[in-house]
Amino acid sequence: MATESIGWWGAPLAILAGTLRGSAPFLFVSLGECLTEKSGKMNWGLEGVLLTGAMSAYAISCLTQQSVGPVLAPWLGVLAAGCAGMVLGFIHAWLSQQPKVNDIAVGIAMITFGSGVAFFFGKPFIQPDAPQLPGIPLGFWSSLAPVQSALRICPLFVLGVIIAPLMYWFFKSTRWGLFVRAVGDSPDAALAMGVSTTRVRMICIVAGSFLAAIGGAYLSLYYPGSWSERVSSGQGLMAVALVIFARWNPLQCLYASLLFGGAQAIGPALQAVGVDSYYYLFNASPYILTLILMIATCSQKRTLTGAPGALGTQ
Amino acid sequence: MLNLNHWRSKLEAVVIPVAALLFALILFGIFCFFVLLDPKNIGQSIAQVFQVYGSIYKAAFGSWFSLQNTLIRAAPLMLSALCTALPARLGLGIIGNEGAIVVGGLAAIATGLTLGNITPLVSQVAMALAALAAGGVWIGAVGALRHYRGVNETISSLLLNYIAIALLNQLVNGPMKDPSSLNKPSTYPLPEAVMLGSIPGTRVHYGLIYGLLACAIAYFLIQHTTFGFAARTAGGNVKAARIAGLPVGKLTILICALAGSCAGLAGMVEVAAVHGRANESLNANYGYSGILVAFIARHNPLAAAVVAILLGGILASGGILQRNYQLPDATILVFQGLVFLVVLYSESLYGRFRLFRDRPAPPPVAPLATAPPSLSA
Repeated sequence: MATESIGWWGAPLAILAGTLRGSAPFLFVSLGECLTEKSGKMNWGLEGVLLTGAMSAYAISCLTQQSVGPVLAPWLGVLAAGCAGMVLGFIHAWLSQQPKVNDIAVGIAMITFGSGVAFFFGKPFIQPDAPQLPGIPLGFWSSLAPVQSALRICPLFVLGVIIAPLMYWFFKSTRWGLFVRAVGDSPDAALAMGVSTTRVRMICIVAGSFLAAIGGAYLSLYYPGSWSERVSSGQGLMAVALVIFARWNPLQCLYASLLFGGAQAIGPALQAVGVDSYYYLFNASPYILTLILMIATCSQKRTLTGAPGALGTQ
Repeated sequence: MLNLNHWRSKLEAVVIPVAALLFALILFGIFCFFVLLDPKNIGQSIAQVFQVYGSIYKAAFGSWFSLQNTLIRAAPLMLSALCTALPARLGLGIIGNEGAIVVGGLAAIATGLTLGNITPLVSQVAMALAALAAGGVWIGAVGALRHYRGVNETISSLLLNYIAIALLNQLVNGPMKDPSSLNKPSTYPLPEAVMLGSIPGTRVHYGLIYGLLACAIAYFLIQHTTFGFAARTAGGNVKAARIAGLPVGKLTILICALAGSCAGLAGMVEVAAVHGRANESLNANYGYSGILVAFIARHNPLAAAVVAILLGGILASGGILQRNYQLPDATILVFQGLVFLVVLYSESLYGRFRLFRDRPAPPPVAPLATAPPSLSA
């Protein structure tokens, strides 16, 4: 209805709205993965973290709404998601640093385990409603309802947009950022500096999982805004690809996430204006886009610029 | 075949995975204990945990009926596991099993529907060939991208999973849709006559034979042929393999294509023996469970066949846990995750126990039977 009144402008507006709504999970998982990979380990298991985060946020928001009120409850949920993510991150960090254990395999195991835990404990919360996170109405200047709803953004998204440059600054200009980069690029040099590789990687993986779990909280508490087993459409799995695409740079993670959020919105946006052939293929556009970008930018001859030196080595 | 040299390391290769499975079983028991915990009656909760174990065993292997159920599930798992296990011997981490199963199933149904009511044998062979080809091209492309463009094979195969599922959804909702399938969009069903039959005297379809055969052939290919030796050498050390003049690129693409065709065949088995049509049941997680099977089996095709039967049993017991203990169906997923994590941890235990260390009497021979270090060691 709403889109009809503004005619064909509905499609670009819907894509803009979809970008603003849909890119936050991509942003959080890619920032989390970026932090993890900068320390020289991969975490393929962020899909499990994302789902567990989404489930715990929704469950806590639902359970505490009576005691702390519907305004505070979702924020408690976000916090709970972060804590749940840190627990999974700890398991990953500990296991992937055992001798001879491959970090990619641990990640795939964590996808199974994390989604299993999320579906197991999330079963009772599929039906009930939980209080949602508020939106910031940036579209107040417009009298058109679709514009207003398109420009309503979640504070968590704003938080993510702030974290991206902060993390960039952290890697570039702080002492701790240097430690992380040293551990990721050359563990021997880090050892010579007197930095514990194990501890730095532990902190980075746990913090990265915390961020990814916040992305999960966004999924269940803002958009799509409910908990079900299909709440994630693979955003966590895309994290590794996103970070490669962003060349391990937090600022570019932000741009990449916006691009992917936009690509994800193409299918529904076209459907909204009546183009619904190839709807399912358009839904796969983030994946097709990544594949094409990777084919175009990778090379057999050299490793990618910006890749941490110790990534993929034991 | 059977020599007693290095019996200690051979024993280690059996004892550690079995111990890991047992430990995962204990962890799962503790998990169930806390879930089923009744603070007033702890004794009863403990008893219930043992009942859960009993139910899993009964539902998986307890009777001829349940054993057949298990074997039906094990067939696609074996084929799917090969999709990860074969490239792993070359040091590649392929996780595109799900996608290859889906395209294999699509190719099979398209062929079967096109051929229509002809001699079942011709139709089945054509469907199998189409599925082999489709899966082979799908994962072979991953190998080619890896070789020619340096694209990380784990990521590209993962992306292809999503693309394959989108393709499936597009086809069953569009050009291939049977208008009478309303709730669950599907293709037209295969003619009853060309469906894959059951092994005489059982309800188990011939897919099991395909799976066992594929595992045996893969084992022979990897362990007892020059091709397999070359692949294992390249998996152990790519630089050395290049210097020795091995065609690493060809090996990569060929192994990936073979792996993909195994998974594609799994899709054909699911379509032609179980569902009779293609719909979203085709991506029923056999792909991801196959990865688990491959890792537990340490990428050994024969071990994969055994592990697939074990895991098929666990998958088959999901319904019982839900009915008898009100445990959600995700319980099986938690169990799988625990097994996977513990098995990965057990990788770090190899060589740690003196008991399993070979005594240095005969001149040491490189243990070629183990998987390449980049993936599992």
